[in-house]
Amino acid sequence: MPEYKLLTFPKGGVHPPENKLTAGLAIEQFPIPSKVYIHVQQHIGVPAEILVKPKERVLTGQLIAKAKGFVSANIHSSVTGTVFKIDEIYDASGYRKTAVIITPEPEDEWAEGIDTSDELRTDIDQFTPEQIIQKVKEAGIVGMGGATFPTHVKLSIPEGKKCDILIINGVECEPYLTSDHRLMLEKTEEILVGTRLLMKALKVERAVIGIEANKPDAIEKMTEAAKKYEGITVQPLKVKYPQGGEKQLIKAITGREVPSGGLPIDIGAVVQNVGTTFAVYEAVMKNKPLIERIVTITGKDLERRGNFRVRLGTMVKDIIDYVGGLPEGTGKVVLGGPMMGKATKTLNVPVGKGTSGILLMRREETKRKEVLPCIHCARCVMVCPQGLEPYLIMSLAERGMWDKAEEAHAQDCIMCGSCSFVCPSNRPLQDYTQFARNTVMSIMRARKNK
Amino acid sequence: MENKLLVSYSPHIHAQSASVQRIMLDVILALMPAVLFSFYLFGIGAIIVTVVAVASAVLWEWLIAKYLLKRKPQIWDLSAALTGLLLAMNVPSNLPIWMVLIGTLVAIGVGKMSFGGLGQNIFNPALVGRVFLLISFPVAMTSWPVPLKSRMSYLDAVTGATPLGIVKDGVRNGEKISDLMHQIPSHMQMFYGVMGGSLGEMAALLLILGGIYLIIRKVISWHIPVSIIGTVFLFGGLLWLINPEKYPDPLFQILTGGVMLGAIFMATDYVTSPMTPKGKLIFGVSIGLLIVIIREWGAYPEGVSFAILIMNAFVPLIDKYTKPRVFGTMKTKKQN
Repeated sequence: MPEYKLLTFPKGGVHPPENKLTAGLAIEQFPIPSKVYIHVQQHIGVPAEILVKPKERVLTGQLIAKAKGFVSANIHSSVTGTVFKIDEIYDASGYRKTAVIITPEPEDEWAEGIDTSDELRTDIDQFTPEQIIQKVKEAGIVGMGGATFPTHVKLSIPEGKKCDILIINGVECEPYLTSDHRLMLEKTEEILVGTRLLMKALKVERAVIGIEANKPDAIEKMTEAAKKYEGITVQPLKVKYPQGGEKQLIKAITGREVPSGGLPIDIGAVVQNVGTTFAVYEAVMKNKPLIERIVTITGKDLERRGNFRVRLGTMVKDIIDYVGGLPEGTGKVVLGGPMMGKATKTLNVPVGKGTSGILLMRREETKRKEVLPCIHCARCVMVCPQGLEPYLIMSLAERGMWDKAEEAHAQDCIMCGSCSFVCPSNRPLQDYTQFARNTVMSIMRARKNK
Repeated sequence: MENKLLVSYSPHIHAQSASVQRIMLDVILALMPAVLFSFYLFGIGAIIVTVVAVASAVLWEWLIAKYLLKRKPQIWDLSAALTGLLLAMNVPSNLPIWMVLIGTLVAIGVGKMSFGGLGQNIFNPALVGRVFLLISFPVAMTSWPVPLKSRMSYLDAVTGATPLGIVKDGVRNGEKISDLMHQIPSHMQMFYGVMGGSLGEMAALLLILGGIYLIIRKVISWHIPVSIIGTVFLFGGLLWLINPEKYPDPLFQILTGGVMLGAIFMATDYVTSPMTPKGKLIFGVSIGLLIVIIREWGAYPEGVSFAILIMNAFVPLIDKYTKPRVFGTMKTKKQN
């Protein structure tokens, strides 16, 4: 193993136990379920407009809901089958949202023009930057690290801004999750071609793939394969949460800071997750829309864990049943990782474009402990990667002092949860900081629109 | 099964080692070598004072929480036990039990619970108790048993002055420090801890070991202890260079009195010290300066308690002006 110079972001961060229990398990195809529930909003922005009616037959990869407005994303059928009905179904946020429910047929019949072979295609010269962005938009690709921001919007550089570096996020700093790790090992070349496509779309000469040092096999494989691709380098990073946060990753790799209230493009950077990059490859080179993703299903008590390629709209319950049902003593089911994932109240919630994992937690490991008074130990201040004072923002939020919360930069919280993680008094710092962040942001928006 | 799933905001995990109780226990453990050494030096009196202080501090906390504040007592967070232990370290080993009881009552009742309990107080509770005793019972609080001399006696122990007291009185009477040196222990003796004084003024070596333990356990950072001890050393050293017959040497300054105990265990109290490294350094340097100023120009031979209490009052102000830099913001001062 060669020696690396490991980079990281300078301020704050924590080291939660990694628990990457599924890192060694190859990606498996998850079978087509008896029903799929496809939400028409699996992204940040406006819900897509439904194009199909009940009883209508749809093909795998067929457009079933069309993006409405610029910040929105197309939705495709992930199976071949008949539209059963259109109904309100819970999503990861805990709210009921409109979904197209489809009864699948056992065999896929793919929509026209989709290349379903495994053959690697590298002939990217045939596409112009505009064509690449158009194909990404048609395929309904969104940020697959969990943010689900429409990718074509991120690739459309605003007037007057210039991108000079593309960063591919292979950090996967959340404990337990391994879907990006497996993808880097198994779809190495595809990710690199996807990176070249993104570089072309953004008109940048340089791309850096950031991977944390706890994935030496991925670092080695990607570094070796990247030699064949012009302008792409792999940058190993020190293991530290939340390095996968966009701002922290840019800082670690380039030393630049996204200004408070600004976007990465303000400092010439665009970040894309490896899962998104793979989806871009499939969309452009294979004409394949985003209809499936890698989901890590894991938990300490689960015997059959895995990294599954799952059709979007598959119920979490179907996946849990497939691996043997909920283990005795399960107290919480988290969609995503333990630091930023969302706890779901029901297993009848479908896998969406942003569902990176399903984590089953024991009741005793996830139960919150008694909240004690703040002893001003400053641990939350020291671990905050954004330089905030979570203890202060919490007390301001408790009192509804939003002016002061804005002065304390609550709006700059990235919701990484490091403050709650370290608090010796078990104070719900993240709950309140998140509340303050959202409230302050909506006040700021209202002021701007006035 | 399904309707029993817990739902909450992220994060869904919590650092295993992080608890108030564990932090307090670490500080108590770090103090243990020095506590045991004081038992060895001062014998039965030290044991009585320590046990009474710890037990009464916990009792006061329990009684006040339950009957005055009418809320669930939190004695198992060990903070009251630690306050009692620290107060014991700050008094002579022949202090009568009733004075110890008053000291812990003032420490817990006035210093801590009157502000609203753990985390709310402005001043270090143990020091509030100690200073109250010092002002109320100046004779009892400044007659220190001679170490190793009367380990089997408690109230009737043979007493003597502290090195700081000898120097202060000597200089005040116009004597030269070089003439006083034969009355005070050597630096090595002071480093190992054999001299007159309060329980915790002994054993610089053992206190430093405790401090290293706390830094390794990440309970405290180096900023406050190092800046206090460093400032006392440098400022004391500067005075010594100006006039070595009037001002004691810098090693004497840091090895005597409560500098080690104060810098490592008292000034680092989370509740009453600043949050950021920069704030901690300002706090520590200020305490160091005040210690030397009080020692050399004040009425008392020793100034550690007062120096820490004075700076405790400035903590909110220091915190306000030493906030961490928010990611993605430039320092506004530089733009001007």
